[in-house]
Amino acid sequence: MTSRAPIIQLRDVTKTYGAGSTAFRALNGIDLDIKAGEFVAIMGSSGSGKSTLMNILGCLDSPTSGRYLFAGCAVEGLSKEQRALIRRHYLGFVFQGYNLLARTSALENVELPLLYRGMSRGERREQARRALDAVGLLPWRHHASNELSGGQQQRVAVARAIATSPRVLFADEPTGNLDTKVSREVMELITDLNRTQGITAVMVTHEPEMAGYADRIVTVVDGTIASDSRRRGDGVESEVA
Amino acid sequence: MLWNALTIAVREIRRNLLRGFLTVLGVVIGVAAVVIMVSLGQGATESVTSQVESLGSNLIMAIPGTGVGPSGGSAPGFRLSDAEEIAAGVSGVRAVAPLRMVGAKAVYLQEDWSTQAVGTTVDYFSVAGWAFAEGRPFTEAEFVGARPVCVLGNTVVSELFGQQDPVGARIRLKGLTCEVVGVLAAKGQGAMGQDQDSVVVLPLSTVQRRLAGRLGDRDVDRMMISARDGVSADRVVRDVTDVLRDRRGIRAGEDDDFSVLDTKEIADALSSTTKILTYLLGAVAAVSLLVGGIGIMNIMLVSVTERTREIGLRMSIGALPREVLLQFLVEALVLSLIGGLVGIVLALVVSYVLAQAMGIPYIIDPRINLVAFAFSAAVGVVFGYAPARRAARLDPIEALRFE
Repeated sequence: MTSRAPIIQLRDVTKTYGAGSTAFRALNGIDLDIKAGEFVAIMGSSGSGKSTLMNILGCLDSPTSGRYLFAGCAVEGLSKEQRALIRRHYLGFVFQGYNLLARTSALENVELPLLYRGMSRGERREQARRALDAVGLLPWRHHASNELSGGQQQRVAVARAIATSPRVLFADEPTGNLDTKVSREVMELITDLNRTQGITAVMVTHEPEMAGYADRIVTVVDGTIASDSRRRGDGVESEVA
Repeated sequence: MLWNALTIAVREIRRNLLRGFLTVLGVVIGVAAVVIMVSLGQGATESVTSQVESLGSNLIMAIPGTGVGPSGGSAPGFRLSDAEEIAAGVSGVRAVAPLRMVGAKAVYLQEDWSTQAVGTTVDYFSVAGWAFAEGRPFTEAEFVGARPVCVLGNTVVSELFGQQDPVGARIRLKGLTCEVVGVLAAKGQGAMGQDQDSVVVLPLSTVQRRLAGRLGDRDVDRMMISARDGVSADRVVRDVTDVLRDRRGIRAGEDDDFSVLDTKEIADALSSTTKILTYLLGAVAAVSLLVGGIGIMNIMLVSVTERTREIGLRMSIGALPREVLLQFLVEALVLSLIGGLVGIVLALVVSYVLAQAMGIPYIIDPRINLVAFAFSAAVGVVFGYAPARRAARLDPIEALRFE
């Protein structure tokens, strides 16, 4: 996690939906480098292409053209299965709607991605407890997800995303369903994980206040990057065009 | 990977027990129906066979009519002299008991009981394998004299006399008053479920002269013929048939108007009938298992739609399409196996209770249980596949957005 080389490099990435006269170009030549340890917020209005960009960055979707190097490896041409394996081993996700399994304890929810990694029961328990402890919910580990408040549920979702020690944590509108106070708590949690544990975080949001927690704000307008600014210079020089 | 899928599937089932229960209800009922039907059918077959065989392995029955076709009911009865001729003329025969049967109400003081009066010869008791609980059979002299004496079956005794001793008492049968000289030991239910002990045995001459009224001399309803030990039943059947054809004036080339069957044949005929019925019932029950399978598919399909977001999440955190497929397939399989097990347990209990109530033996056939269990597993895989494939084909991005 101390590597200074970009963990994510996009070069002239485009994404087109449909074909022929009905084709819609959602991304139009994106170049983006994200270094390990960075906390990047991707902003933009709805329809700007920020969600498409997020899906491509998170290997949920593949670009129509262009290059995507993840930790130096080209992933733009990978199959559905191969992308799933990248997500399993290197990425963590937090969604707007939490997406926890209902009637399932917080601990078992956090264990879920570890289960797909084929980890043994003991290891799984241990790692899930550690992740829950990191988000301050260890005492709630046996509560079913539907017994928790929205903020707590989102913290469980963060724990689930970091339980696998991912190279990059993706958060898609993580505060979209939360009120301001709880939103701040969740943002402070992500910021804290980024600072203290060095987790690279990429967050999509349309709220400037939430984007303000990030080190760097990338604004997407009509499928291109309109601006890329650093909020605070902490020794890292911005080279991004 | 399989173990993983199993862990995930079991967690999913535990997470929604009601849904799981509803999903497998059809399979539970289907498996239970198959197992109950087949084990009761086998019990019935066993019961029929053993009852017929309990008549004695060297017993041969002669009855008028061939049992099929229009002549079945209308063929004339046998004569008493037919029985005497067979006893004297066929070498393999030990004894012959002609039977004349009349429905009659037996009355003693205030009690009455509708039963069957059987007129026969003294040989009947040994031919039919009756033991005496009390008293004695009627004698040759009483037969010749057409005396009003009778021997009662166990049921008749308990209905008319309760705990009293019937020997020496006088009962009324229709217009005839007769003295009870003996009581038969209980035999229990017969091959067709009838009560063999509801019987009053009298000398044939007494029935002919005093009870049944005149019916000419061809009034013997059937003959029970007991073959000597070691004699081939087939040969005795052939010889008896020849004698009867001759005495009834049936010319060569004409069909018999009577049947001569040995007990093994009777047992085979009856048990093949009940076997066919068993398979038929089993097949009907198997249809319900199929319907149960469709129920699984139904609920699994609904459940895939309902769980679209969950599937999207699983895929986004790295579940492969084939792992999702496997999860749903294993879920369907585990559910239907549990359904199969529950169905078998249910069937064992229900068929035990029913077998007791119907008075047939309780038979557990491990094969049918295994077959039903394997079938339920197959049902799970076959009907779980379509929903599982639908789940595996979901796109994670779309699935996550699904409301």
